[in-house]
Amino acid sequence: MMRRLFIALFLMMPLAALAAGGESVPFHHETNLGNQASLQRGAKMFMNYCSGCHSLQYMRYQRIADDLDIPEEVMEKNLMMTRGKIHDTIQGTMDAESAAEWFGKAPPDLSLTARERGADWIYSFLLSFYRDDSRPSGVNNVVMSNTAMPAVLAPLQGYQALKHEEGEGGEGESHGGDHGAPEFELVQEGQLDPAEYKAAVGDLTNFLVYVGEPAKLVRYSLGFKVIVFLLLFTALAYMLKKEFWRDVH
Amino acid sequence: MSKEGVDVGKRRFLTTATAAVGGVGAAFVATPFVKSWLPSARAKAAGAPVEVNIAALEEGALVSVTWRGKPVWVVRRTPEMLKTLDEVAPELADPESKTDQQPEYCRNKHRSIEPAVLVMVGICTHLGCSPKYRPEADGGQLSYSGFFCPCHGSKFDIAGRVYSGVPAPLNMVVPPHRYEGDSLIMVGEDPNQGGEEAA
Amino acid sequence: MASKFMNWVDARFPATQLWNEHIGQYYAPKNFNVWYYFGSLAMLVLANQLLTGIWLAMFYKPSAAEAFGSVAYIMRDVEWGWLIRYMHSTGASFFFIVVYLHMFRALLYGSYRKPRELLWIFGCLIFLALMAEAFMGYVLPWGNMSYWGAQVIISLFSAIPVIGEQLTTWIRGDFVIGDATLNRFFALHVVALPFVLVGLVIAHIMALHHVGSNNPDGIEIKANKNADGHPADGIPFHPYYTVKDLFGVGVFLILFCGVIFFAPEFGGFFLEPPNFTEANPSVTPEHIAPVWYFTPFYAMLRAINFEVLGVPAKLLGVITMFGAVLIMFVLPWLDRSKVKSIRYKGWIFKAMLAAFVVAFVILGYIGTQAPSPLLTTIAQVCTAVYFAFFLLMPFYSVIDRTKPVPERVTG
Repeated sequence: MMRRLFIALFLMMPLAALAAGGESVPFHHETNLGNQASLQRGAKMFMNYCSGCHSLQYMRYQRIADDLDIPEEVMEKNLMMTRGKIHDTIQGTMDAESAAEWFGKAPPDLSLTARERGADWIYSFLLSFYRDDSRPSGVNNVVMSNTAMPAVLAPLQGYQALKHEEGEGGEGESHGGDHGAPEFELVQEGQLDPAEYKAAVGDLTNFLVYVGEPAKLVRYSLGFKVIVFLLLFTALAYMLKKEFWRDVH
Repeated sequence: MSKEGVDVGKRRFLTTATAAVGGVGAAFVATPFVKSWLPSARAKAAGAPVEVNIAALEEGALVSVTWRGKPVWVVRRTPEMLKTLDEVAPELADPESKTDQQPEYCRNKHRSIEPAVLVMVGICTHLGCSPKYRPEADGGQLSYSGFFCPCHGSKFDIAGRVYSGVPAPLNMVVPPHRYEGDSLIMVGEDPNQGGEEAA
Repeated sequence: MASKFMNWVDARFPATQLWNEHIGQYYAPKNFNVWYYFGSLAMLVLANQLLTGIWLAMFYKPSAAEAFGSVAYIMRDVEWGWLIRYMHSTGASFFFIVVYLHMFRALLYGSYRKPRELLWIFGCLIFLALMAEAFMGYVLPWGNMSYWGAQVIISLFSAIPVIGEQLTTWIRGDFVIGDATLNRFFALHVVALPFVLVGLVIAHIMALHHVGSNNPDGIEIKANKNADGHPADGIPFHPYYTVKDLFGVGVFLILFCGVIFFAPEFGGFFLEPPNFTEANPSVTPEHIAPVWYFTPFYAMLRAINFEVLGVPAKLLGVITMFGAVLIMFVLPWLDRSKVKSIRYKGWIFKAMLAAFVVAFVILGYIGTQAPSPLLTTIAQVCTAVYFAFFLLMPFYSVIDRTKPVPERVTG
């Protein structure tokens, strides 16, 4: 009887995820919010490279310090590049109007980007810049073509050239069935070698996933406890039901 | 349906056990609903310590800032004002500040860290109006410089100590505060708390 | 002491009488199966929605300028706000899961048949109110999907001849979806419709307890009474069904909490990715689909891309979509079979019901997908099957060969 209930419930819930639609997201990022060191490195990278243009308007410095075990002094001295105090939300240093003038459009707030577009998208986007002299910024991007964002991470990554828009096979880190990953060639080295750069972008992606939903840090572990408690309750309720229904059968 | 051979003890035990576990569960469920009423991170941010720079504050002048939604006054008292602190004492309800209306480090005659500089929440202890600052004795209401509450006529001296025989029962509140350097006051933090001056 | 107190109360308020009529001495058939859990579960979800909804209203700001930010505020700055919001958003989807299964149960066992026509109609009204409630609630987070979903649904009314355009403007309170729309949807979602829902649920339960519950055999248990005057196949709701439903609640909560804590977005079906960006009147999401529980009806709307007898396709689509809900109201008079329960109905009804369910699920899937000629054709076929199930019922339910119904319930 229970099995039938489960089957009935799950038949009503479509299980496949909705496709992202349209965009190619060539690389897959395995999000790991349990890795606090990675989240701390990601936070540092965000403050150093991103916070000049991008705000996190729903995130407070204090929350990051508390959640990621960063002492307040360290937070204030090393990570707060922008205006504001430790309790404030993270506003970009650039005001939106002048940013729109510089880049053609205002850099978006990144508080919820991980929830809107997903970790894979952020990871792929940051790995997919390539040289393109036809663009005013000198670079283009496979994930979001003609992006207004310049190659901010080029000092770390170096510059790459695009060999194929889509790879021939499903080798390496390719993701998503028939499409292979685009192939890049490093034409100018940066401070990091490609593996180190991928790890750094992975940290940054981890951090942005955390920023998208800070509650995620506690949600899973709390959920596990709740389910264990409910199993106990349900077992008791089942025995109670059995006991009373001996009258009926 | 038959009730023969019913194990009453077992039923009672299972009923109690299920009710107990269910009750614990209900308490767990209630927790987030109750806790959600506590000040949110935004409210806490708004209640964060406030900086006041008193370098330009002249003698006898009052500056008001907002801390946790309440007015906080900083007054640089003149030597004449400080002299009145002893003279007014017989008229006060609690001249030695015995009630806990100030942090321990301000339990002194002038009710402050720096004798001249008064830091005080500008709210009357009667019904929460904001009293008026009277730098000079005004003859009628106050015989010395101090604060007068127009709502119900409560009177306070220039250290916020309440006169006897007025509606307000207690001295006005001195909030926790500390100095960062000579002229920067952090309202909302105790001297041993936060910042570089931690010792 | 306690009994003295109850005597005092009973002399002034029928507390004991109400308890006995609806719980203590309400005799329900003893052969309820798993399909009979969903009524009490729907009540549980309703309670969850009311409680979490009241709490969300304490933090939410119903204005176009502040709504999106206030949801982020709930998710981040309010202590435990994220849990309360996920309970509400997940509860909305689970409400429909439970209600759809509850309605399907009625189809299986003929619970809409005489003397339960009004019980069924109250249920249909609950379903209608629930759809309105869910639609308006979906607008409140003021994400981009909220905005464009509301845009599409409200535009449906413009298909109505003559008054359509003015009607949509009136509903919006502006020439586009805006602050005024959000504000009135908030009032309706938080105050008006919950009242309507609770009132209808009370009427639904009063009707149920007046006529008595149906059961998987479709037999009236009141026809066979014991010497003590109680139905021979009935058992008191309390303690037998209270403990049984308690077990059902446990199983349900495990699934419910599983989603809340481990998959609150449910792969984009319960919370959609485009809704994590604020409403933007100048950027339409690439692919607009309503939330999953509306997709079968949305697919029917899109399936009608032709005109009939001069009625334009848009109007016909709207009529079809609303007709799909409204036709349920007359179901008690469409079914003319000699028996109530599917257990004793013939193969024609079973085949029609199976086709109906398959068509409904396929329509639900198509409603989540971008339109294509093939999908539109399939949706047209499924829409035809959906309506055939109802409209042909007066004929096939008569010619269908039924089995003899036993005198007593079969356990």
